[in-house]
Amino acid sequence: MHWAVIVPLFVFLLIIFGIGIWANRQVVNSNSFLQEYFLGGREMGGFLLAMTMMATYGSASSFIGGPGVAYNTGLGWVLLAMAQLPAGYFVLMVLGKKFAIVARRIEAITLIDFLKKRYDSHTIIILSAISIIIFLFASMMAQWVGGARLIESLTGLSYTTALLIFAASVLIYVVIGGFRAVALTDALQGSIMIIGTVILLVATVIAGGGVDNIMQSLVTENPNLVSPFGADQSLTPLYVSTFWILIGLGVIGLPQIAVRAMSYKDSKSLHRAIIIGTIGIGTIMFGMHLIGVFARPVMPGIEIGDKVMPLLTLEVLPPVLAGVVLAAPMAAIMSTVNALLILVSSTVVKDIYLNYINPKATDKQIKTRSFWVTTIIGVTVVLFAVNPPELLIMLNLFAFGGLESAFLWSVVFGLYWKKANKYGAISSMIVGIGLYIYISEFQKNLFGMHSVTIPILASLIAFVVVSLIANKVKKIEDYHF
Amino acid sequence: MQDKRFKIAHKEALIGVVLVIMNFAIWYGFAYGLGSGDPTEYKYVFGFPAWFFYSCIAGTIFMIICIWLAMKLFFKDIPLDEEEEKR
Repeated sequence: MHWAVIVPLFVFLLIIFGIGIWANRQVVNSNSFLQEYFLGGREMGGFLLAMTMMATYGSASSFIGGPGVAYNTGLGWVLLAMAQLPAGYFVLMVLGKKFAIVARRIEAITLIDFLKKRYDSHTIIILSAISIIIFLFASMMAQWVGGARLIESLTGLSYTTALLIFAASVLIYVVIGGFRAVALTDALQGSIMIIGTVILLVATVIAGGGVDNIMQSLVTENPNLVSPFGADQSLTPLYVSTFWILIGLGVIGLPQIAVRAMSYKDSKSLHRAIIIGTIGIGTIMFGMHLIGVFARPVMPGIEIGDKVMPLLTLEVLPPVLAGVVLAAPMAAIMSTVNALLILVSSTVVKDIYLNYINPKATDKQIKTRSFWVTTIIGVTVVLFAVNPPELLIMLNLFAFGGLESAFLWSVVFGLYWKKANKYGAISSMIVGIGLYIYISEFQKNLFGMHSVTIPILASLIAFVVVSLIANKVKKIEDYHF
Repeated sequence: MQDKRFKIAHKEALIGVVLVIMNFAIWYGFAYGLGSGDPTEYKYVFGFPAWFFYSCIAGTIFMIICIWLAMKLFFKDIPLDEEEEKR
């Protein structure tokens, strides 16, 4: 056991815990439980909004998986990772004020609330709820597995014990604190992610004897490591460019991100969040992936990509500092899981229970149901993660793309196109999800593009064509908020 | 009956689209414009291959400055709540 590393990690967990308990007092004192528990009372300021966007978005793959791939691929992978820069400003600029104004007007708390009001269709509510629950459940589980593996490798505890410690601490603060606890801990976690990235990048450059030296050894090993095409020249410009859709632009369609665009306080917060968020995402994505590349000359011969980041940290930093830096991937994992957990729980309570099972539920009923639903979902995910089935791990890989194919156009056109109607939205959802599952299963990298590209384009066409036809066949009134 | 605030919101969303197109052009242009040759003959800037420096480092800093300017010059401070609007 590396005690000097574990103590800072433990202190970090304690602080997170404290925030959950503090946020719980706000929940107890609030007069609208739903708004408070699932949206934190729409009170987020600029810094909080930026950090929660960043922390929700940056996950295990940004800190563990990504640097591992960069280690094997070279600078081309850093180039690809920079396609994520728009995730910091594009979502907030496009959804931004309109989404916030509309959400307040119709008192929407979830993304589905918005779709329900805009399209007035049960099919859409149910399709959306199912995709959110399935895709995010899988996504959460993979994060859990990543977190448990990280603790396992640092402490020497068994996988199951590591998983239980990790899961228990996250579950408790989310269940009692709700969205406010999630947003506040995200602020701390986001800051740790940025600080950790900068410390580790500097330490790695020093350990490698400067940038010139590192580049020199990369070129000596394989010149393609410093080209934009990757070590084995497999990164074509078309393939890399289509990542802009998956990890940059399509992010608008991710419910866990979109819901944040309706929970901030005022215009000023939005403006500040756009600047801080872009700087934060830029720093983390650039830093972590570059660290992965730089790790190659510093620590050659690491075979499992996922171990690059933890091993490098323990190698180039003194133990206490390593503890702080390794809190970063933990923070990234926790903050992603907590956002997904609260979102799945709001989908079940608000969109299914309140819509279909018990529309007249009292505030007290909603309150106990919310606590229980959040707990049960959390515990179920943990149970699945104890012995992760192959299929679900695979599902996670396309959770991002699946959600984007389902929601992107319904959200964007719902906000900005008068003639958008429920027929268009339903067909775009079905075409998007269907094609996406088909392509990622059977036709990987169709025409050399990422598998999300065609479903997004096809669901765009389906949305526009069907909306217009439906409008012709039966006069539907133009709808605008 | 069109809400006046929506006009502002639409304009700002459009600025987002313009910025993202710029972002992509800079990123793509420098990366494949300067990086397509033989890697052993790359020019280096501050220790990084030139394509990487301009596309991923200078390009990102340039975008952050543009975004900051867009916030200062074009984005308007408007109320989000209904009551504030009526006031």
